[in-house]
Amino acid sequence: MYQKIAFLLFLFSVSVFSQNSEIKGKIVDQDNIPILGANIFWQSTSIGTTSDENGLFTIQKTSETNSLLVSYIGFNTQKFEIRDSKELLVKLLEVTTLKEVSVSKTLKSTQNSYTASINLQTMGQKELLKAACCNLSESFSTNPSIDVNFSDAVTGNKQIKMLGLTSPYILMTEENIPAVRGASQAYGLSFVPGTWVESIQITKGAGSVINGYESISGQINYEILKPIDDIPFFVNTYGSMDGRFELNTHFNQKYSDKLSATLFIHGNSRQTKNDMNNDGFLDNPIGKQVNILNRWQYNDIEKGIVSFFNIRYMKDEKQSGQVAFNPDVDKFTTNAWGSNINTEKIELSNKTGYVFPDMPYQSIGFQNSFQMNKQDSYFGFNQYNINQKSYYSNLIFNSIISNTKNKFATGVNFTYDDYNENVVLNFSKDFSRIDNSVGAFFEYTFDNLDNFSLVAGARIDNHNRLGTFVTPRLHVRYNPWENAVVRASIGRGKRAANIFAENQHLFASSRSFSILNTDGKLYGLNPEIAWNYGLSFSQSFNLFGKDSEIALDYYVTDFQNQAVVDLDNNPQQVLFYNLKGKSFAKSFQAEFSIELIKHLNVKSAYKFYDVQTQFTTRQLQRALQAKHRFFTNVAFETHIKDKGQQWKFDVTYNWLGEQRLPNTASNLPQYQLKEYAPSFSVFNAQITRTFSSVFEIYVGGENMGNYTQDNAIVGADNPFGGNFDSSMIYGPVFGQMYYAGLRFKIK
Amino acid sequence: MKKIILVMLISLVGITTHAQEKKSKSKKVEFVVGGNCEMCKKRIEKAAFSVKGVKSANWHIDHKDIHLIIDETKCSAEDVQKAIALVGHDTDKLKTSDKLYEKLHGCCQYARL
Repeated sequence: MYQKIAFLLFLFSVSVFSQNSEIKGKIVDQDNIPILGANIFWQSTSIGTTSDENGLFTIQKTSETNSLLVSYIGFNTQKFEIRDSKELLVKLLEVTTLKEVSVSKTLKSTQNSYTASINLQTMGQKELLKAACCNLSESFSTNPSIDVNFSDAVTGNKQIKMLGLTSPYILMTEENIPAVRGASQAYGLSFVPGTWVESIQITKGAGSVINGYESISGQINYEILKPIDDIPFFVNTYGSMDGRFELNTHFNQKYSDKLSATLFIHGNSRQTKNDMNNDGFLDNPIGKQVNILNRWQYNDIEKGIVSFFNIRYMKDEKQSGQVAFNPDVDKFTTNAWGSNINTEKIELSNKTGYVFPDMPYQSIGFQNSFQMNKQDSYFGFNQYNINQKSYYSNLIFNSIISNTKNKFATGVNFTYDDYNENVVLNFSKDFSRIDNSVGAFFEYTFDNLDNFSLVAGARIDNHNRLGTFVTPRLHVRYNPWENAVVRASIGRGKRAANIFAENQHLFASSRSFSILNTDGKLYGLNPEIAWNYGLSFSQSFNLFGKDSEIALDYYVTDFQNQAVVDLDNNPQQVLFYNLKGKSFAKSFQAEFSIELIKHLNVKSAYKFYDVQTQFTTRQLQRALQAKHRFFTNVAFETHIKDKGQQWKFDVTYNWLGEQRLPNTASNLPQYQLKEYAPSFSVFNAQITRTFSSVFEIYVGGENMGNYTQDNAIVGADNPFGGNFDSSMIYGPVFGQMYYAGLRFKIK
Repeated sequence: MKKIILVMLISLVGITTHAQEKKSKSKKVEFVVGGNCEMCKKRIEKAAFSVKGVKSANWHIDHKDIHLIIDETKCSAEDVQKAIALVGHDTDKLKTSDKLYEKLHGCCQYARL
C-alpha cells in the first residue's frame, strides 16, 4: 500500500517537475475556435511543435531564449516573453487584408543551387531586367561569372568569356538545343532579343554530356518565354544617346487550355553616325535588324504531353568603317574603308516530351532543329561569306534504377552541318564542307536525398572529321554542414574550331592570314581537345544578422590540342596552327553577397585569370585578358505598394587590371602600342520606376566615368596601309552613354 | 466426389480473385504521415526508400500525404508504413511507439495522429 502511495507521489512529482520545464497552452481564433496545426516555436531555434485539434500544445522550455512565437497561415504571428510556467491562452488575429502580409526578404535575382551536383546559376527575369539593353550578349553584365568584352568598332560585337576563355569554348544552347555555334558563333548572341528570354542557366566547368561534346569551359542555356504562361501583350521600347532604338512586342493567344502561341516581333536600328574619338571611324556600326519568332505550345497534362514548335526569321544589316564610307560608291575602292555584314537566319524547331502517366519519373523527349545562317560580308578588301545549313536531333529517355535516388538519362543525337564558306583575304579559298556526327550518351545521377549527389556521364561520338571518341564527365556535390556546399567536376571536351567564323573581327585589319598546318581534317588543323577540372565551395550564413553568402571557385582548363590564333609573331600577320607545348586557363573567383538592409543587396567578386599559350615565339599570357578583375553590383528596391508602384536602383562597377596587348614592336613608332594596356574601371547604373504592375519606365547610363581607350584603331589614318588594325580593343571605344525605355503589359 | 468439385470450385474462385488483384509494377499509393518540417521529410522519405520496391516517395509538408509509387511484386503499402513507423512517424494505418516518437528532434514533435 505504501509502495503504491509512494509511486503515486513519485508520479505526481514527475508531473510537477515536467510542468516546470514545459509550457502548455491553447490556441484559438477570434471566435474562440481552436486552431489545429499552428506553429509554436522558440525564436531563432529549431525547437517547435504544432497545436492539436483542440488547439492544445506542449513545448519544452529552453535555456536559449524566452521568446515564444506562435504562427499560423492567414493569421498574425504573435510573440510571448515567457517568465514563469503558467498556461498560455493564445488568441490569434486574422490578417485582415493581404497587403499586411510582410514579405521579409526579396527573392534573389540570381540563385545558386545548394542541391544540384553541377555548379549551376540561374538568372531569372529580375536579373535580366537589370541590364535593360538589349540582347543576350548584354544580359551578362550583372553576372560576375561571365565577362563581357567591349565591343569592337567594326563588328559592334560584345564577346563573352567564361573562365578566361572566349565564347567558342562555351556551349550555348537554346532550350538545350545547341544554338550559337559554327557560322553564328560571332554574332549569334546579338540575334536573341533580351525580352524573349525567360531565364538563363550558367554552368561553370564541364557541362552535362546530354547536349554534346563541345563544351569546354562551361555551358549557357537560355529559355525562351513559354506561351502557356505568357501575358496577352507586351511592348518594350528603348532609345539611347548613341542612336540605337529597339522595339519589342509580344502577342500571346490562348486557343484552348492545351494550345497557346506567342508572336515575338523585334526590330532595332541605329542610323546616327558616331565618332566620339575623332579617328574618322564609326564608334559603333549603323544598321538594322528584324527578328520574328512564332512559338506554339501544346500541353496535355492528363496525357503527359508537352510540345513546342518554333519558327523564326531574322535579318540583320551592319555597316561600319570610316564615317565618309558610302557602300554604293566606295565598296572595294580605296576612297574610304568600310565594311558591311549582312546576316539572314531561318530556324524551325520542335521538341516534344512525354511523361509516363503512372510513372512521373519516366519520360521520353525528342528534339529537332533545322537552322540556316547565311552571312555575306566584306571588310575593306577582305571578303567573308558563309552559309551554314544544319540539322540537329536528340532523342532522350529518362528513368530510374530501382528508385528515384538513382536516375539516368540516355539517348542518341545526330548533327548535320553543311557549310558553304568562302574567304577572300591575302588568298582566296573555298572551305565548303559537310560535317556530320552521331553519338550516344548515358548519364547517371545519384542523390542520397540528404547531403551527397553525383552525376556521372559519358558519350561516344562518331564525327566525319573528329573521328570516334569518348567524352567522360563527372560532377560531385557534398554538403559538409548546414548551408554549405562543395562541388567538384572533371570533364573532357573536343571541338572543331571554325577559325574564320570565330575570328572574323581580325578581318578588319591589314594582317595577312596563314594556316601553318596542312595535315589536319579541318582547315588543315586538328581538333581542339581540353580537360577541365574545377572545385567550388559556397556557404550562406548570417553576418551581424544579415543574410550573406560567400562562394569560391577554382577551375583549370588544360588544352591537349588547340587551334592557336597567333597575333604576336608579327603585327602584320595572323597565324593559325596546332598547339605545340602548353596552353591552359586557370581561373579563381571569390564572390561575396550580402543583404545589407532590407531590399539592399550587394554582390562583389574578385577574379584572377592566368591564361597562357605557347606561341611560335614563346609562352605568353593570352592577349586582351586582364589578370585581375573586380566586380561589384549594388541593387536596391523599395517596397512594392498597393498598385505595384516601386523604385529599383542598380549600379555595377567593374575594374579591370592590366591587359597584355599583342606585340606591335616592329611597327613604325606611331603605330606601336604599349606592352600592357592600363587598368581602368567602368560604372553602369540604371533606375526603374514602376507605376503599376503593367507599366514601367527606366533610364540608365553605361560607362558613366567616361573612360575611353586611346588608339582604338591602330593606323586609322591609313586604313589601306600595312599597320591598320581595329582588333586591339581592351576598353570602351564610345564614352559615356545614356538610355531610356519603357515596358507596358496587358495582363 | 462432391468434395473434390467443391475444392476445385473454391480453388478456382481463389485463382480468379487472385487474378483480379494483379500486382502492378508501378502502383500509386497515398497515405497520411505525421510530421512537421524539412527534417521530417528527409527522415520519412529515407525510411520509405529503405523498403525494396519503392520507386518514388514524396512527402508533402503542407497536406501531410506521402505519395508513393511501389512495385507490388516486391513490397506492399504496409511494408512502407512499418518502415516509417520504425523511424518515429505515425501513419493513418500504423502508429509509432511513444519511445521512438520522443527520440525525434524538438521541431519534429508533430501532433500525433
